[in-house]
Amino acid sequence: MCLAVPGRLVETYREHDVPMGRVDFGGVFKRVCLLHVPEAVVDDYVLVHVGFALSTIDEDEARRVFAYLEEMNRLDELEAGSP
Amino acid sequence: MKYLDEYRDGAAAERLVAAIARTMTRPWTIMEVCGGQTHAIVKYGIDRLLPRDLELVHGPGCPVCVTPLATIDRAHAIASRPEVVFCSFGDMLRVPGSRGDLLQLKSRGGDVRVVYSPLDAVNLAASNPAREVVFFAIGFETTAPANATAIWTARRRGLTNFSVLVAHVLVPPAMEAVLAAPENRVQGFLGPGHVCTVVGCDDYAAIARRRNVPIVITGFEPLDLLDGVLRTVRRLEAGRAEVEIQYARAVRAAGNRSSQAMIDEVFEVCDRNWRGVGLIPNSGYRLRAAYRDFDAETRFDVAGIETRESSVCISGEILKGNKKPRDCPEFGRGCTPHNPLGATMVSSEGACAAYFAYGRHLDAMPIGVDAASTDVARESVR
Repeated sequence: MCLAVPGRLVETYREHDVPMGRVDFGGVFKRVCLLHVPEAVVDDYVLVHVGFALSTIDEDEARRVFAYLEEMNRLDELEAGSP
Repeated sequence: MKYLDEYRDGAAAERLVAAIARTMTRPWTIMEVCGGQTHAIVKYGIDRLLPRDLELVHGPGCPVCVTPLATIDRAHAIASRPEVVFCSFGDMLRVPGSRGDLLQLKSRGGDVRVVYSPLDAVNLAASNPAREVVFFAIGFETTAPANATAIWTARRRGLTNFSVLVAHVLVPPAMEAVLAAPENRVQGFLGPGHVCTVVGCDDYAAIARRRNVPIVITGFEPLDLLDGVLRTVRRLEAGRAEVEIQYARAVRAAGNRSSQAMIDEVFEVCDRNWRGVGLIPNSGYRLRAAYRDFDAETRFDVAGIETRESSVCISGEILKGNKKPRDCPEFGRGCTPHNPLGATMVSSEGACAAYFAYGRHLDAMPIGVDAASTDVARESVR
């Protein structure tokens, strides 16, 4: 029920005086209410739940878990390299 | 798709599982709060990747599941009226009430429609001025901004033929109810990532402090869930009962202020009955007085409808983390998604329905398998 999916904002417009946008979910396009993400601009990734954007995706934070895995890889290589 | 596929990498998952195993010095029991997380955990078999001493128990976070039978019967009564167009999210339509589900009502000629967004229901009301459009407003805090915005929009557009049947529930009071139970086993939580995009982390920090449990606000993809478990285990091992945000690409500590303001404009906190659990004080939203003319229960006079639940169902114990689906003799036999006896089987995000969908009921069947070697036996020993 609390499913939310990230998609790329491709276009913004207003409808009945409410900010709306078209969002690309891997080739499927949906109309999304942007009222609660005033900071979102075209090309941002927004997290969408039941037709409403709840937040914008933070690119740097998105990489964090991978940076951590990289670090684990390096540590393993160090251990493997030691006698 | 970007921000989804990369969080499903098997090799990375193995590395996180290994890190969890290295970190653990003793058994731990962690609850994932959200039904979406439960579904992903069972779908990807994440609980089976984890060390045996780490138990994931499934929380109460499925709003479809915990919507009381009486509310579903009220929805049915409203949707049966000839002047009504009844709109709902798809997963609510298949939940059986005392007189069948809403989809069956539709097949008998009722005007029941699935909407993707609550704004679609508002637009339907605008384009059908001679009909009464009713929207079934259910959900946790994640869905509350959308539903509140729809009601606010309907008022701004002067629509008098739009109303809502509200069954909103809140996560923190349910977590408190789990922790307050004398039989509670939960030592740490994977917190509900999408709920926290809206409300932020303050309430969760308060629970962590007050109840001395770590809470890691976690996402929904396999790597998110494993990363969330790792962070929770680290905090448990270190004895640090604090809140941490694993799902930081989407969650800000303060949440989404605009969403919070909209919820506060339209809704106020009220007591709510949870299917399988019972009444939890201050655990839901209802319309504020200024928006009560949008209340479908009053408009169609259905507030008096009350219904009793099945007495054999153990969903209350499952929702509180005390039992697993396979502890129930009816699981997969007298109780299936087609004929659910209670809360945790009615929606795909309920623990019983997720176990059933991914074949876990078959594990419990004694088909030439030594019972001692099955997970059922393992779990009952734990």
